[in-house]
Amino acid sequence: MSPLLELNGLGKRFGQVTVAEALDLTVGAGDAVGIVGPNGAGKSSLFAMVSGDLKPDSGTVMFDGVDVTGAPAQQRCRAGIGRTYQIPRPFEKMTVFENTLVAATQGGGLHGQAAYDHAASVLELSGLAGSANARAGSLSLLQRKRLEVARGLATGPKLLLLDEVAGGLTEPEVLELVALIRDVRAGGVAVVWIEHVVHALVRTVDRLLCLAGGRFVADGTPDEVLKDPAVLELYFGVGPETGPLSEGAEEPDESLEPPAQTAAPLTDGGLRR
Amino acid sequence: MTTLEHLPFHAAVVRSGKAPKATGGLLAAAVVILAALPYVAFTGATSAMVTFFVLLIMASMWNLLAGFGGMVSVGQQAYVGVGAYTVLAFANLGMHPFLALPLAALTCAVFAIPTSWLAFRLRGDYFAVGTWVIAEVYRLVIIRFDSLGGANGKSLPGLSGMDPVLRGALTYWAALAIAALTVTGCYLLMRGRTGLALTAVRDDETAARANGVGVTWSKRLVYLVSAAGCGAAGGILIIDSLSVQPNAIFSVQWSAYMIFIVILGGIGYLEGPLLGAIVFFVLQQLLAGYGSWYLIILGLIGVAGAVWLPHGLWGTITRTTGLQLFPVGYLLRTEPVTGKTAGKTTSPKRRIGSST
Ligand SMILES: Nc1ncnc2c1ncn2[C@@H]1O[C@H](COP(=O)(O)OP(=O)(O)OP(=O)(O)O)[C@@H](O)[C@H]1O
Ligand SMILES: [Mg+2]
Repeated sequence: MSPLLELNGLGKRFGQVTVAEALDLTVGAGDAVGIVGPNGAGKSSLFAMVSGDLKPDSGTVMFDGVDVTGAPAQQRCRAGIGRTYQIPRPFEKMTVFENTLVAATQGGGLHGQAAYDHAASVLELSGLAGSANARAGSLSLLQRKRLEVARGLATGPKLLLLDEVAGGLTEPEVLELVALIRDVRAGGVAVVWIEHVVHALVRTVDRLLCLAGGRFVADGTPDEVLKDPAVLELYFGVGPETGPLSEGAEEPDESLEPPAQTAAPLTDGGLRR
Repeated sequence: MTTLEHLPFHAAVVRSGKAPKATGGLLAAAVVILAALPYVAFTGATSAMVTFFVLLIMASMWNLLAGFGGMVSVGQQAYVGVGAYTVLAFANLGMHPFLALPLAALTCAVFAIPTSWLAFRLRGDYFAVGTWVIAEVYRLVIIRFDSLGGANGKSLPGLSGMDPVLRGALTYWAALAIAALTVTGCYLLMRGRTGLALTAVRDDETAARANGVGVTWSKRLVYLVSAAGCGAAGGILIIDSLSVQPNAIFSVQWSAYMIFIVILGGIGYLEGPLLGAIVFFVLQQLLAGYGSWYLIILGLIGVAGAVWLPHGLWGTITRTTGLQLFPVGYLLRTEPVTGKTAGKTTSPKRRIGSST
């Protein structure tokens, strides 16, 4: 059986910035994979190449045994790739329910009552049932993030790509989200989750990757990766203003983002914003 | 294909929102009353109303195009012109001009297919300018045909023998029928599955794609439909004036009217072009005697509307009152009716997503 998602030698540059350099990644059905990495490492760009928003310069994206490298985003969505956006992109003038209904009918291919039921049930699961008839444009950032997850689920994905959905959430909200994603995963959906809120990831994923400068610098269980010298250096390392651990810099790499904003401890809550 | 399983509850969905139940009846009554107008009013009045219907058709089409498809075209006069010339061409062949109206719409839809391949390669401002250029190209091609009157235009054969009063009434009914068809068609399109997808495209193309919407397909559909509608409007115009003049029929003023009406009425609302066309028509009638002041006042109103009513007249009304004439939304009843299994609080395991 072919893996659910297989990236082979994915490469992408924006001018001088390399966001992906020969990336290889395999995700099996039902896997839960976390991705960490400094700002500008290329994490969101990686999702964009998987979901079809961004064309890679080189390499292939295989999904469910099919080469989808040239396939448009809607086709990948219908094939089972659901995604959320780091900066939420709700259909602002539509209601919250209509947002998930679009995903259920178009991405999920559902019709009529079945679509209504599904669209309503993902709202219930994501804690948005109370705002179902509100205009999505009126939602708070937290609710918009929930709507991203709800819409991603409404497409009936086999693979759900979550891009920093826990940022800015309070501790109880993070736990709620973790419970939701664990349930989603228990339902057989594979999850790839980009997150700076590392403790949420650790509770959810079996495998953690660290992306920096367009390359995976670490790959393993969350424990292994969080102890990995390359990762520690990225987060506590280089540069004079980044704190006491900076003397341990062993592998200077110009392609890494200066970790000015990411220099908080890994176990801290939201590193950003 | 993924299989989707649901929570065991039944989502009760209402389609009407705060719409008055009588809307359908109200509009049907309006059409009936309007249809009776030729029996009670003079031809001057019905002839003015033909202009109103043409404006309503064009504005509805532009609203679909720009308000829902996100395609800000200033080249819809291409199809107004092609529609008019299609009626002329078929009339030259001996067909009754009124019967050529559906063919005008069809021809425009066919012409729109290759045109869309070209125009869709352009984004934003380039699309707007590109559509204008395309319309000019259509004009330049058509004036090369001497059988269509060349650069001077031509009068329409086939109707000269008809009693003017009867011809006026028939023109009026044809315009009314096409306007009613256009408004109803837009409503049905937007109320259905495709309409929901189009609304998503209007709000965010990228997110629509990522959620499974075939954005290009939806846009092409809208582009073809609006070409057809403008073609029918062009057909009415040539029948109404009994002649065609290429510079006038391919004039960018048609696009200017469409834009003015839709922006004033409320872009992205089905009611917008209807309200906008009424206001525009009334203004036109009131100011007709004021010469160039007419244009200055229209311009001032346009600017004032854009500044103080960013959502247009209807957008302002519906935002403050919640009123909808054409309910296309989906209202979820706040308390879902729980199905066989009572507790919704049970773990949602294995209910979401794929089970392949
Ligand atoms: N469309 C684009 N054009 C040019 N540069 C881009 C584009 N998209 C992303 N970039 C650049 O590519 C780099 C990687 O961006 P990306 O959003 O993938 O990072 P990220 O790892 O998700 O960061 P963050 O943690 O801040 O979300 C950044 O330097 C960004 O400025
Ligand atoms: Mg990102």
